[in-house]
Amino acid sequence: MLAAIGAKSEEDLIAYLPGDIRFNSSLKIDNGKSEYDIVDYFKQRAAQNANGYASFLGAGVYNHYRPVVVDTIVSRGEFLTSYTPYQAEISQGTLTSIFEFQTMVCQLTGMEVANASMYDGSSAVPEAAMMAVRVTRRDKILVARTVHPEYREVLGTYTKHQGMPVDEIGYAKNGRLNLDDLKRRLDDSVAGVIVQTPNFFGLLEQIEEISRIVSAKGALLVVVFTEAVALGLIEPPKTADIVVGELQSFAISPSYGGPYAGIIATREKYIRQIPGRLVGETTDAEGHRAFCLTLATREQHIRREKATSNICTNQALLALMATVFMALYGKEGLRELAEQNLAKAHYLASKLPLEFEGPFFNEFVSRTNGKSPEEMNSALLKKNIIGGLPLGRFYPELKSSMLWCATEMNKRQDMDIVAEAFGQ
Amino acid sequence: MIKKVSRHIVQEEPLLFELSSPGKLGYQLPELDVPEIDPTAALGRENVRSEIEDFPEVSEFDTVRHFTRLSTWNYAIDLGLYPLGSCTMKYNPRVNELVARTEGLAWAHPYQPEALSQGCMEVIAALERSLAEITGMDAVTLQPAAGAHGEFTGILMIRALLEKRGNARKKILVPDSAHGTNPATAITVGYTVENIRSNDRGMIDLEVLNRVTTEDVAALMITNPNTVGVFEENICKICEILHDKGALVYMDGANMNALVGVARPGDFGVDVMHLNLHKTFSTPHGGGGPGSGAVAVAKVLTPFLPTPRLKREGDQWKWSYDLPDSIGRVRAYYGNFGVLVRALAYIMAHGANGLRQATIDALMNANYLRALLEPYYQIAYKAPSMHECVFSDDRQAKKGVRTGDIAKRLIDYGFHPYTVSFPLIVRGALMIEPTETESKRELDLFVDAMISIAKEVEENPELVIKAPHSTRTRRVDEVTAARKPIVRWTPKTNASQAAD
Amino acid sequence: MSYPETYKYTKEHEWLHVEGEQGTIGITDHAQHELGDIVFVDLPKLGAHITKGQTFGSVESVKAVSDIYSPVSGEVSAINELLSKSPETLNEDPHGEAWLIKVKLSAPDEMNGLMSAADYEKYVGAE
Repeated sequence: MLAAIGAKSEEDLIAYLPGDIRFNSSLKIDNGKSEYDIVDYFKQRAAQNANGYASFLGAGVYNHYRPVVVDTIVSRGEFLTSYTPYQAEISQGTLTSIFEFQTMVCQLTGMEVANASMYDGSSAVPEAAMMAVRVTRRDKILVARTVHPEYREVLGTYTKHQGMPVDEIGYAKNGRLNLDDLKRRLDDSVAGVIVQTPNFFGLLEQIEEISRIVSAKGALLVVVFTEAVALGLIEPPKTADIVVGELQSFAISPSYGGPYAGIIATREKYIRQIPGRLVGETTDAEGHRAFCLTLATREQHIRREKATSNICTNQALLALMATVFMALYGKEGLRELAEQNLAKAHYLASKLPLEFEGPFFNEFVSRTNGKSPEEMNSALLKKNIIGGLPLGRFYPELKSSMLWCATEMNKRQDMDIVAEAFGQ
Repeated sequence: MIKKVSRHIVQEEPLLFELSSPGKLGYQLPELDVPEIDPTAALGRENVRSEIEDFPEVSEFDTVRHFTRLSTWNYAIDLGLYPLGSCTMKYNPRVNELVARTEGLAWAHPYQPEALSQGCMEVIAALERSLAEITGMDAVTLQPAAGAHGEFTGILMIRALLEKRGNARKKILVPDSAHGTNPATAITVGYTVENIRSNDRGMIDLEVLNRVTTEDVAALMITNPNTVGVFEENICKICEILHDKGALVYMDGANMNALVGVARPGDFGVDVMHLNLHKTFSTPHGGGGPGSGAVAVAKVLTPFLPTPRLKREGDQWKWSYDLPDSIGRVRAYYGNFGVLVRALAYIMAHGANGLRQATIDALMNANYLRALLEPYYQIAYKAPSMHECVFSDDRQAKKGVRTGDIAKRLIDYGFHPYTVSFPLIVRGALMIEPTETESKRELDLFVDAMISIAKEVEENPELVIKAPHSTRTRRVDEVTAARKPIVRWTPKTNASQAAD
Repeated sequence: MSYPETYKYTKEHEWLHVEGEQGTIGITDHAQHELGDIVFVDLPKLGAHITKGQTFGSVESVKAVSDIYSPVSGEVSAINELLSKSPETLNEDPHGEAWLIKVKLSAPDEMNGLMSAADYEKYVGAE
């Protein structure tokens, strides 16, 4: 090969790199390791983590069972090792599955258009905010304090330099959005109002009521969800203008925070304002049904500085996992799964002192009766249980409260141990 | 002659919704060990949905067959050369998939106690160290989810630094050869974009750069090697021009596969850069994601890295949130951890020598293709190629055949097309990146196919223009898709399908 | 296709047809040809104010977007609704049925700097 190139040695290949630029020493990285060593290294790392604990953590990342078939399918090289499906003729597998994904996201959320997925739920929030600004040509964003705190932080990072002031709406005594505060802050400069349901405290928000208030002022309502399983049971946010959320619950392992699959869905009339990739149905030269990426002119590689977003990749493989998960559970399964989650969480909640009243799905906030949440959790850790999330870090006023989550993965005996720790 | 592929039976398959049949199940839940709860009593009637209309009902085996059949409609790196320029489609080692699924890592919750997350935190720390070493930079954040997200993070840090110095400045310089994400990113961070023209060698013109670099310029976003596969030989001087005016240099690391082990951006003056772990460090593209856009910074930018940061306390890792100058979070939690595991495994498998050898092999493969294809296709720039080479369709266009047509014809020969029509500064570009993954045998088959197509263009251009001929799906009508977008299945579209 | 003698043309490939105080604006046959199959047309709202030399909308093909620059200043008095349903009309009849907007001119003098049909034809021939 060197001869074909006209080079004498491998070093000739970098000969034209100016001498002062060439890196002439050796990288301080260990010698290459065998497959056995690599597997062993990661097993050791895993052993340093929690092992064999029952966990009651939720707060945006949920512990649900992943059916075996999901891994079987995403391990296929044809899905795993293919690129973004720009060449439609040899990418129909990915394109078809994304079309199914978009459809199921619409069916779940009650929206009419969904894209091929976003990085994750948190980064989908500012994308929705920017979309509301484009649609309304207003600039202000209101966000409920009951939206995931880290999602709100991400929103803050994105909006800081785009002339988009962000204001927060408080929650009422019952842990749900304070409607009076919403009305007070909502004026003609507001482009979008962002609320989450079930909210960060696990409570269902009154989406229809909120949507009436928001649309009366000409702003768009953005509804966020972090627990997709809830959509198997609760009324979808049909009156929202934009729905964004996280599908981690659908067969995507918690994986210490990522990768996950975010979604953004909206109404047909805003289709050209939606960020990211979209797959559309069409036909091929022989008239057979085919799919392709479409409305690409919204995207950065064509519109450059005028794009709807700088997003380039989506989370296709994770979206595929969610698609397989949705197919396996299907219409009945998703509901049964959601009902099990509801039953488990309500069983645990019945044994703990609750902070808020109101309808909740599989998460709720408890007080700790004198002990601090940290003390509570240390005691539980000794019994191989990771307790709920102490809320003080995100809500100083709730420093004696914790957020619990129970899913189909939590056993009654562990919940009884938690109840015991609460002295119930 | 087509040597690499032959015809093969392809299974047809309807959509899940069309496959659906009432009552079919693909799951079984464990028996409920707590009392059942009536949803309407617990949530209120108004909060409980009716059934999810048209949601699929299929069996487990239906699902397996469905997605297996769909998978056979895809091309993949596992099937052969995937020469997309700038995308770095290389082998995705399977051990990386295995270790990413290690139970204690894959099922770690981001909020589980730090004392019980030390393994994850050590993985993050180890990868940060390795990437800082590879780039010659001071520190690395692994939070960004993808390349464009990394760009956003980097430019935001530049803005934060300049604001701290008293003036955020107004614009970002972007060469006309840049990826589209670059200008889109600059706008997201509140800057305007000034495009600078490349010279006839495909490089940044120092005179032009000198002229446009004013006190209004916050940074230059540069790709190096640039998108025509050429190393900006004046990179040190370029950095100097920017730095003299108090501006910074952002490097898009999309093409880092050409530099690992042979040159370090930190050494030649770059202040901040992102790495696409799904390119250079071989984490699978997965049909479009997930990615990971690690960002490496020089010391001057370290205080502005996103929250949280790892810090060592005694023999424990902790997350530090007390970072007054930080730009804040760019996403929830700590990044695409599962991707990070794979990237670290890749680096471990190669070691220092292996990483450098991979670069050399990538350069060799690209230059080999260039040498063998140059007699048939017009090379865009004479400057030496690095890990990819860019041709134009000048000669073929005379016969009415464009780069997009040649690309489609390659499919008939059993290859995925190269990158079509990018970079924009090359008319009718064919951008080819073979990566170090490919054997001489696979490269020779590709060269053979390209030469054969060049001959077809001379003898029978129609054959190329109407390609592909042997795929399950023929050329797709993208115009109708865009004019009348159908982006979800409905029973109605199904009915019209059935009538066809 | 020939370029109507009664129209004026811009270097950015828009045409303007003035009748009294009202101007009709479209894109030229050359422009539609360069763009290829047009899939979407983005136009301003009724009553919007547009300024000579500034962009007021865009035309999209599958893989390209082209801004439309206004040849004159004024207030938008009509937009062509046909284009939202059938953008392909712009490929078929760019100088007629597929006009983009009508404008109430605020500075009719502005049209003096525009090209005649003959000059425009020469211009695109040279381009």
